[in-house]
Amino acid sequence: MSFRTPLGTVRGLGSAKSGTGHWWSQRLSALALIPLTLWFGVSVLQMSHADYTTVIVWMHTPWVAVLLSLFLVTLLYHAYLGVQVVIEDYVHTEWLKLASLLLIKAACILLGAAGVFTALRVAFGA
Amino acid sequence: MATTDNRPLSPHLTLYRWQITMTMSILHRVTGVALAVGSILLVWWLVAAGIGPEAFEQVHWILSSVVGQILLIGWTLSLYYHLCNGVRHLCWDAGWGFEIKTFYITGYAVWAVTLILTAATLWVAYAGGAP
Repeated sequence: MSFRTPLGTVRGLGSAKSGTGHWWSQRLSALALIPLTLWFGVSVLQMSHADYTTVIVWMHTPWVAVLLSLFLVTLLYHAYLGVQVVIEDYVHTEWLKLASLLLIKAACILLGAAGVFTALRVAFGA
Repeated sequence: MATTDNRPLSPHLTLYRWQITMTMSILHRVTGVALAVGSILLVWWLVAAGIGPEAFEQVHWILSSVVGQILLIGWTLSLYYHLCNGVRHLCWDAGWGFEIKTFYITGYAVWAVTLILTAATLWVAYAGGAP
């Protein structure tokens, strides 16, 4: 049973304009990042004294390419959601807020694209 | 929205007595932003590996400088803190751990685990003591 008026339901989504979607995405990406980050961290730590060839051989492994791509996408998505909230909380000049959000979004997409492209390019043996 | 200018703001940081829980809360944000900046380095390292040995060596040379090492240690600390405190946040989201006593216990536990994991990581990285 809902205590909302029909109009309230239509307008529906509260002051955030998107309901609990942002909150939920942030939690799910956080949950996914726990195993992905631990995997990446341990891998990198094992290679902390390794040479270039070792890193390339590692990136050449198919499942590494898959996990690495998933890690990068999830990480940058989570980073964007987090930085977005920080900007919305502290930047109150409307144009500056919008510009910062667009800039951060563009930066995250660019980093993600560059990272995933590299992971796949090395995996496919270029 | 001129009428909203004089509304009281919460939280009143200047009024509250300092508590470790407030520091931990703001540190979660600070480390989160630091890690977001760190993702630039991560992708840079990866892309350099994709470009070739020279570019990769260049990144390693920068990272092994004093400034690079300080940044890496800072990011290691930030990562473990954000990871541990993030799990604490997820527990709250699941409805667990809201008693004041539990707040403090889990808070100190986050610090302990963060410091232990950071020390272990630095030991492996510097002493090469991979178990």
